[in-house]
Amino acid sequence: MKALAALSLRYLWSRPLTAALNLLLLTLGLASITFVMLVSTQVDRAFERDLAGIDAVVGAKGSPLQLILAGVFHIDVPPGNIALADAQALQANPQVAQLIPLSLGDSYRGFRIVGTTPDYITHYGAQLAQGALWAAPMQAVAGAQAARAAGLVPGVQFVGSHGLGGGGHAHGDTPYTVAGVLAPCGCVLDRLILTASESVWQVHEKATAVDEEDRKALQAEREITLALIRYKSPLAAVTFPRFVNTTTDMQAAAPAVEVTRLLRMVGVGTDVLRGFGAVLLLAAALSVFIALWGAVRERRADLALLRMLGASPARVAALLVCEALWLALLASVLGLALGHLLTGLVGWLLQAERSLPLSGWLWVPAVAWVPLAAAGVAMAAALIPALHARRMDVAQLLNTR
Amino acid sequence: MIRTQGLRYQYPKGPQLAFADVDVPQGATLVLRGNSGSGKSTWLALVAGLLTATAGALTVADAQPGALAQAARDAWRARTLGFLPQKLHLSDALTVAQNLNLVYFAAGLPVDAAAVAQALAALDVADLAARKPSQLSGGQAQRVALARAVLLRPRVILADEPTASLDDASAAAALQLLAGSARQCGATLVIATHDRRVGETLAGAMEYRMGAA
Repeated sequence: MKALAALSLRYLWSRPLTAALNLLLLTLGLASITFVMLVSTQVDRAFERDLAGIDAVVGAKGSPLQLILAGVFHIDVPPGNIALADAQALQANPQVAQLIPLSLGDSYRGFRIVGTTPDYITHYGAQLAQGALWAAPMQAVAGAQAARAAGLVPGVQFVGSHGLGGGGHAHGDTPYTVAGVLAPCGCVLDRLILTASESVWQVHEKATAVDEEDRKALQAEREITLALIRYKSPLAAVTFPRFVNTTTDMQAAAPAVEVTRLLRMVGVGTDVLRGFGAVLLLAAALSVFIALWGAVRERRADLALLRMLGASPARVAALLVCEALWLALLASVLGLALGHLLTGLVGWLLQAERSLPLSGWLWVPAVAWVPLAAAGVAMAAALIPALHARRMDVAQLLNTR
Repeated sequence: MIRTQGLRYQYPKGPQLAFADVDVPQGATLVLRGNSGSGKSTWLALVAGLLTATAGALTVADAQPGALAQAARDAWRARTLGFLPQKLHLSDALTVAQNLNLVYFAAGLPVDAAAVAQALAALDVADLAARKPSQLSGGQAQRVALARAVLLRPRVILADEPTASLDDASAAAALQLLAGSARQCGATLVIATHDRRVGETLAGAMEYRMGAA
């Protein structure tokens, strides 16, 4: 067995250019499949984690998908605001078990400042790494990633800027003080800065009110951006969104429905990438096949001589299969490494945009199919040459004049 | 030892070949003469167990290769026969020593590096062990191929046109080398050739003229 492996490797490298080309083709195919698997698994996981326990999102009328992306994943801008009073009315609805208000609008160094209640942190089961929760308005708790990137530790003061993208008007006269930092939870909270809803109101009332009377008026018209809702019973899914959409100025969107819709749209992209990988693999299979076929023709005499020296037909065929399997093994290692590297690179780029968390240093069980696919491709390519080598007419070797 | 009686071979869609009976004692030399198409290759293939006779009896080194099953026949060939093909068929993907290792691979035996070195040394090509066959002269390559043929000390050595395209001096040297190697193993030597010089050089060899049956 060892002799077979060693000999087939020598034969493989006796034609280095062909071997390198086949290795490259196989590696690229496997790398793109690895990449697609890693990305889609992580996106699915992130969606699943961030969506867990949220039955509906209520916000201003507009695109339901936008509402979900803005409210749950914090990767889009919200459609608008809703009146605090309207949200409070929903809180009293018998079908609603819990309502978490979220107020968006400001950011610090690209990380969103979200006004909410401590329920939001409890909902994702996040733990404090340092400090404490906010006890008063204008105190903030930073998510792990935001804290690390923006250098936020308890006691530090920072000034939010208007707008979600950064670069807006700085609310210089109302600085926040960091009260605590969350431990990484692997969820959306990692890249948020949380504070009390009152803080957000205070910042904007102070910024826009001209006098005390004006401020009172603004207080009466307080708004939140959206609310995350958990139902008391699953039955509410049937009636609650329709109730909100028809009887109020707000809309209710079901994240499960919208995310399915989104994944179907994005799914076209991953399908294309997966198809691309499959085409590359097919090209690699063909190339390996042609290389092995050429090897059989070129080395027909060598192989016949092996038979003459007493090697069984199966042993000669095994030599070719083994040669293909070497390619598969090398390409699997390189393909997996390249796929993970690529995912890591994309994750690094996305992190710079404060978008979806994506890591290349992660083992996804589905990726175990990659070496299997490589072996399958190699075996398929080796099949016909190997059969041909098995049925070779050795006696003809004696006839070549 | 090679003994045939009424040996015949029928090609599936071709002529039937009938061979004269031969009886070569162990250690003797048989020169197989005849022109192309006279049946030399078929006879060699029968003796090597690559083809199975349609009729007649064939005994090679105390075994009937035609009576053995495929796997047993391959194993028997590995143990019993040494083969020196006309085109030598040294693989250029491998070094000289690795080409000799192929013998062990084919026979399913562990590589005996000492035996390889010894076989190369016996033919004065030990210093070429690390070279590729393409870097060898014709004479050197033939010595390497001969070392490969005698590596497992076979009972029978089959040589196909060993003197083709050699000048008289080289041909005589090659034949002496071949006969000497066979003698060392105590092997029966069969030389298939249409070269008249072979019979002249190897006095005392038996001769079997093809097409004379």
